[in-house]
Amino acid sequence: MSEPISALNHASYDGIARIEECGLQGMITLRGDLSDKVVIKVVKDATGQKMPGQRQAHVDGEIGVCWMSPDELLVLVPYAEVEAKLAAMANALSGVHALAVNVSDARAVFRISGASAREVLGKLAPVDLSPAAFGLGQIRRSRLAQVAGAFWLDTDDSFRVVCFRSAADYVFKLLKVAAQPGSEVGVY
Amino acid sequence: MLILHCPYCGVDAEETELAAGGEAHLKRFGPGSDDDQFHDYLFMRENPKGVHFERWRHANGCGKWFHAARCTTTLEVFGTYSAQTTEPPKDIRDAISAKRPGWKWREYS
Repeated sequence: MSEPISALNHASYDGIARIEECGLQGMITLRGDLSDKVVIKVVKDATGQKMPGQRQAHVDGEIGVCWMSPDELLVLVPYAEVEAKLAAMANALSGVHALAVNVSDARAVFRISGASAREVLGKLAPVDLSPAAFGLGQIRRSRLAQVAGAFWLDTDDSFRVVCFRSAADYVFKLLKVAAQPGSEVGVY
Repeated sequence: MLILHCPYCGVDAEETELAAGGEAHLKRFGPGSDDDQFHDYLFMRENPKGVHFERWRHANGCGKWFHAARCTTTLEVFGTYSAQTTEPPKDIRDAISAKRPGWKWREYS
């Protein structure tokens, strides 16, 4: 087997915030009726988290579950466990109208950390990222300049950003420019 | 800048997050219809100065289609509502009537 490598293999940049590519992250897209008992149990079994409500993300490190739309979740598991978790999910979901797909290698994950993290992301996404409007446990799917991206807060000044792997280089460059030294705006 | 409330993810999304999907509540005419009906379905669109109903998609977001009622002259948004409907719901029509008495759009008023 060839050795799996993430899109930018832990590339990083230090500016007004630290930008780093997080490396390999197991990700499973789960679509179905989110109020279905079987689906709720599948999420609980895979992540130990309860079903997130609208725009909620229950994430702890490499494991968690994010609300993506009224019928879609992003399930985060360690990269090495994806296949096993997916098989367990597919097995449990066999009698339900639902779909679970491994998208780990189709996405890239970044971390933006530091006091100006909100500003860096705020320059790129049309979203109010003030602490009052966007806090822990929330996820937002939006755009980062010209490509789609989703992000949530891990701590009060650390974001995790998920985008398509094909756009990883573009997103990294965007974040680097937004985090250039001396580019603080001082809004948040 | 147009800001629409997505009824599926509850976000007040601005225009750049959305994709316009043209006129809402089109009645399809396909096999079995006559040429005039098909022509009207295919080409004839409302182009009102005032109240208008449109389809929008929260493309850079939850990805869902929804409907919006808005005014084309002032960009005032009267409301957004689910895509799983074939006509504007009563509360949306009432909201428009409150602000634009006597409005008319296709067969709705």
